Amino acid sequence: MTRRSLAAVAAVAALGLVAACGGSDAGNTGGGVKDGKVTITMGLYGVMGFKETGLLEKYEKEHPNVTIKAEVAGDEQTYYTALQTHLTAGSGLKDIQGIEVLRAKEIVDTRADKFADLSKVAGTGHFLPWKQNQVTAADKKVIGLGTDIGPMAVCYRKDMFAKAGLPTDREKVAELWAGDWSKYVDVGRKFKSGFKGDRVAFTDSASGLFNAMIYGSSQQFYDTEGKLIYKDNPVVTDAWKLASDAGSSGLTAKLRQFQPGWDPGLANSTFATTVCPAWMLAHISEKAGPQNKGKWDVAKAPKGANWGGSFLGVMEQSPVKEEAKKLVAWLTAPEQQAYIFEKLGNFPSSEKALKAPEVADAKSEYFSGAPIGEIFGDAALEIPDKQVLGRKDGTIKDIFSQGLSLIEAQGKSPDAAWKDTEERIKKATG
Amino acid sequence: MPVALQTFRRRTFWHRLDVRGAPYAFVAPFFVVFAAFSFYPLLYTAWISLHRVELSSMDLMEWVGFDNYVALWEDERFWNALANTFTLGVVSTVPQLLMALGLAHLLHYRLRGSVFFRVAALTPYATSVGAAALVFTMLFERDFGMINWLLGLVGLDPVNWENDKWAAQLAISSIVIWRWTGYNALLYLAAMQAVPAERYEAAALDGASRWQQFRMVTIPGIRSTVVFTIVLSTIGATQLFGEPLIFGQGPNGITGGADNQYQTLGLLLYEEGWKNYQMGRAATVAWAMFLLLVLVFVVQRAVRRLASRPAGARPVLSRSGQS
Repeated sequence: MTRRSLAAVAAVAALGLVAACGGSDAGNTGGGVKDGKVTITMGLYGVMGFKETGLLEKYEKEHPNVTIKAEVAGDEQTYYTALQTHLTAGSGLKDIQGIEVLRAKEIVDTRADKFADLSKVAGTGHFLPWKQNQVTAADKKVIGLGTDIGPMAVCYRKDMFAKAGLPTDREKVAELWAGDWSKYVDVGRKFKSGFKGDRVAFTDSASGLFNAMIYGSSQQFYDTEGKLIYKDNPVVTDAWKLASDAGSSGLTAKLRQFQPGWDPGLANSTFATTVCPAWMLAHISEKAGPQNKGKWDVAKAPKGANWGGSFLGVMEQSPVKEEAKKLVAWLTAPEQQAYIFEKLGNFPSSEKALKAPEVADAKSEYFSGAPIGEIFGDAALEIPDKQVLGRKDGTIKDIFSQGLSLIEAQGKSPDAAWKDTEERIKKATG
Repeated sequence: MPVALQTFRRRTFWHRLDVRGAPYAFVAPFFVVFAAFSFYPLLYTAWISLHRVELSSMDLMEWVGFDNYVALWEDERFWNALANTFTLGVVSTVPQLLMALGLAHLLHYRLRGSVFFRVAALTPYATSVGAAALVFTMLFERDFGMINWLLGLVGLDPVNWENDKWAAQLAISSIVIWRWTGYNALLYLAAMQAVPAERYEAAALDGASRWQQFRMVTIPGIRSTVVFTIVLSTIGATQLFGEPLIFGQGPNGITGGADNQYQTLGLLLYEEGWKNYQMGRAATVAWAMFLLLVLVFVVQRAVRRLASRPAGARPVLSRSGQS
C-alpha cells in the first residue's frame, strides 16, 4: 500500500468513526415479535425475586411463545440514574422497568407519560389500597403494579436481653414498647444499665429508628401538594429528636444499615436490636450466620410502618405492551407474591396474598420460630391508607441518615447537625 | 512544453501533497475523535453550566447565566472539596514520588531476579481502583478492620478511620500511594538507566558515596522525568474520585463522608449530578475543575521556565528541505 492510499484510508476511517455515533434507534425497548415469538425485556435491581426464584422461567414454560430477558442491576441508585437517562433520551429502555417506592413520586410527576396505564388491567384489584395510591397519577393513571412492601418490626437478641435482665418472650418484649417509640428508647436505657460485660449497643443505628418513626405516618417530608414540610412536620422533628437522643447517649452501635461495618456487626453480635422491615430478615440471617441461629427473635414494633417496596411499570413505547402488561399482572398476582415470600421473604403487597395460608401462617426458623406472617401482616394493616410520597424522598432520607451520623460518629450537637441537614436538603432540592 | 516536463510537474504536485498532506491525514483520526468526544462535550458542558437543568428532564433547560458559578463560589462545600482535593493530593503525591524515587534507586542496582521485582512493583498499578479501594476499606474498617486490630496489639486505641477527617484522608491516600508508587518507580528507573555510566564512574573516582552519587548524578540526570511525574500526579490528584467513593461506600461515599470530610471536587461533581440530579451545577463544577487544571499547568510552566536556563541550541527534529 502506498503512502497516499494509506492517508486516504486514515481519513475515511476517521470520518466513519464520527458517523457511526450519529445513528440512534429511538423508540426501541429491546422487545418485539419475531416469527410469532414474543420477546419481553425487563430492567430490575437488587433482589426483586422474579429471576431468583425462577418465576420468569415458569412463565416462559406456561407461555411457550414468550421469551423474557431480564437484566438485574445490583445497586438501585445506579439503576435509577440509568433509568432517568434512558427516559430522557427515549432510548435504552426495557419493556418493563422496576420502580423503587422512593422514586415513585418523581416518576409519577415527571415521566408518567412514558408509562402505560395499568389501571384497567384485568385482575389487579387485590393490592393494599395505599400501595396502589403510591403510583397513581392525578388523572387516575396507574403507572406500576406493586411487588413487595416493607412492614416493620423489631428484631432482637434474646440472649442479650436475658443478660440485661429484660424479658425475652416476644409478646412481653413487644409490651415493653407498645404504642410509642420513646418507650423503645427507654428500654434501651434499661438495657444499657442492665447489660454487664462486653461492649454491646442496644440498637445498630439512629437512622434505623428515625426511618421506623417517620414511615409510620402518612406524611413525611412533603405534603399532598408536593411542598417540603419536613421542618414543621412534628412526625419528622419528633423522630429526629428521639433518634438524635438515642444516638448521642450511647445506645447505638454508631453504624449505618447496609453500610460498611454493619454486616460484621451482625456477625460479631455488637448490637441487641434492629428495626427490621420484612425484607431485612433474609439479610440478617445470612450475615449473622448459623452461629446466631435461634438467638434472634422478632417482636411487634411500637407502631406499624413501611420501609421500601417496589413496582413494575410497562413502557408506553414498548412494541409488546399488551404482552408486557399481562406479564406484570401475572408476576404481581397474589399467588406469585406468596411464592416469592416463601422463597425469599419479600413481603406481599397484595391484600389477598397476605391472607394466603403460606403467608399468614409463616414462621421463621432462624428467628426462634417467630410467627413472621402474623407480625408483619398485622404491621402491614396498621400502615395508614394514605401514603404521601415526595419527589426527592430517597435523597432526603439519605441526608437525614447522614445528619444522624454526624451526631453519632462525629460528636456534633443535634442542633448543629440539624442545621447541616437543612442546608443539604436545600441544596439537593433547590 | 515537452511531455516529460509535464509529467514531472504533475508528479511534483502529487509528491508535494503526499509529503505535506499525509502527516495531516495521519493525525486526523485523533483530532476528529478528539473533537467529537472531548471538545464537543467540553463546550456542551459549558453550555449546560449556564442553565438550571435536572437529569430527569434534560430537555427542559432554564437559562440562568453565570448564577451557577456565583453560587459555586459562595458554596462552602466547593471550598471544602477544593481544600480536601489539595490536602489529599499532597498527602498522596509527595510521599508517593519520594518512595518511587527510592524504590527506583534500589531497583537500579544489579539485583538477582530484577525482572521479578520490576513486575512486582507494577502489580498494584494493574489492580483496578475498585478492588484496591474495597480491600483497603475492609482493612481500615472501624470495628473489625485489620489496621485497628494491629493498633490494638501494640496497645493503641482504635482509630475511627472513616469519620475522623485526617484519618480518612490518610487512609484514602494510602490507597493512592499503594497503587501508583510502583508505576512511578518504573518511570524513574527507565530514566535512570539512560544516565550515562561514565558520570557514575567519574563521580566514584572523585570519591563520591552512593548517596552523593544519587544526589549529584541521578537526580539531575532524571530531572525532566521527575517533572513529568509531578505533572501526571497533579492531574491525577485533581481528579481523585474512585478511591474516596468506594472508601465511603453508598451515600457516604458520594458525599465524601457524613461531614464531607474527604469529599473531593470529583465527588462534589458526582453528588450534584448523580445524587441531586442538578446537571447545571454539576457542569459548573466540571468547568471549575478544568479551569483549575489550566491554572496549575500555567503555574507549572512559569515555575519551570524560571527554574531552567536556556539549554542552548538544540537539534530540531524536522524533514530537511530535500524535496
